[in-house]
Amino acid sequence: MGISVSMTVNGQAVTAQVDPRTLLVAFLRETLGLTGTHVGCDTAACGACTVLLDGKAVKSCNLLAVQARGAKVTTIEGLAPADGLHPMQAAFKRHHGLQCGFCTPGMVLSAVELASRGTVPSEAQIREALDGNLCRCTGYQNIVKAVQDGLAGMGGAK
Amino acid sequence: MNPFNYHSPDSLAAAQSAKGGDVKYLAGGQSLVATMKLRLSAPTDLVDLAGIAELRGIKADGNALVIGAMTTHAEVAASAEVGKRLPALAALAGGIGDRQVRNRGTIGGSVANNDPAADYPAAVLGLGATVVTSKRRIAADAYFIGLYETVLEPREIITAVSFPVPAKAAYEKFRNPASRFALVGVFVAQTAGGPRVAVTGAGGAGVFRVAEMEAALAKKWAPESVRGIAVDSSDLNSDIHASAEYRAHLVAVLAARAVAAAG
Repeated sequence: MGISVSMTVNGQAVTAQVDPRTLLVAFLRETLGLTGTHVGCDTAACGACTVLLDGKAVKSCNLLAVQARGAKVTTIEGLAPADGLHPMQAAFKRHHGLQCGFCTPGMVLSAVELASRGTVPSEAQIREALDGNLCRCTGYQNIVKAVQDGLAGMGGAK
Repeated sequence: MNPFNYHSPDSLAAAQSAKGGDVKYLAGGQSLVATMKLRLSAPTDLVDLAGIAELRGIKADGNALVIGAMTTHAEVAASAEVGKRLPALAALAGGIGDRQVRNRGTIGGSVANNDPAADYPAAVLGLGATVVTSKRRIAADAYFIGLYETVLEPREIITAVSFPVPAKAAYEKFRNPASRFALVGVFVAQTAGGPRVAVTGAGGAGVFRVAEMEAALAKKWAPESVRGIAVDSSDLNSDIHASAEYRAHLVAVLAARAVAAAG
């Protein structure tokens, strides 16, 4: 008993028949094969599954694929240009803002959304803004440094 | 998750008359989808309210701010209108869950769900708001019944919440750092009908008012008026996060902080 779901993922129009109970993260990972979006806790606490839905950071494990019908979805695979890294990815690499890397796709997308606010956040504001993304390895020091640097790098790009 | 039929009506009338047996209305889904994943909730028919334009938006109506049911927490937090006229509500919305949750979660969903540790019920009760539904207007004092329980009937849909703008108000929350829910949250307001104090996160039957604190604030609006008033811990929750006695202590501490913050 499928339902037709169409959305734009990383700039490409996609349409598929899905069971209505399919989560957005399952649609991305299993139907589209975009496994860069991770399932961490599967309870909407950890933020590893964060993607951008019409530019806003959301937890794709707590959203049905049908709720994203007609929307523009950006996953970690959609950030980088063909010939390199997105400024936020480059900043995470430069500052080693990761250890195991499992939370990193969600961290990066959550950080990218911060750039759309138009103001430069303080370190405290960045820490508060990353509230919905848990990292069990790093203690966040290098993640915050990376986000500060990445936001600066995105400054001209908007 | 158990299987269900999905409906996406584009009008309130269509949402009310959607076919199906055990119908649940889907707002932002930040609680409902999670409970469906756990099979704590298993509707046969899920009616998504996202396509109904009339349920969105924030507008002034005389001395009230009317917030459409499908307005997200992020939208309320960022609203210039709410920030100017009811900053306590903007701050409350900006402190719900985390950023991703605030981008999806809605005021209507929160008020309909009535989680005993949710933030919005404290504002609705603390401001004496009116819950506007597809059938009627319900005063906050008559709306909340108990844990996850309200007077909403099957197929009754919240369309908006109307908040009378108070002379002053503030919300103070002691947050559970893991769940981001309120371990205890206290909303205080100086309203046209006098001071109101509403507590979330603590009550065994959900959000509640503290009459003794309201009477003390009516005599004198000052933090010391409420700091020494103990609520009865036998009516409060005990769990792994906090004992009832600790919650009772927090109610007085947070009430005093909220009165100080309201000015």
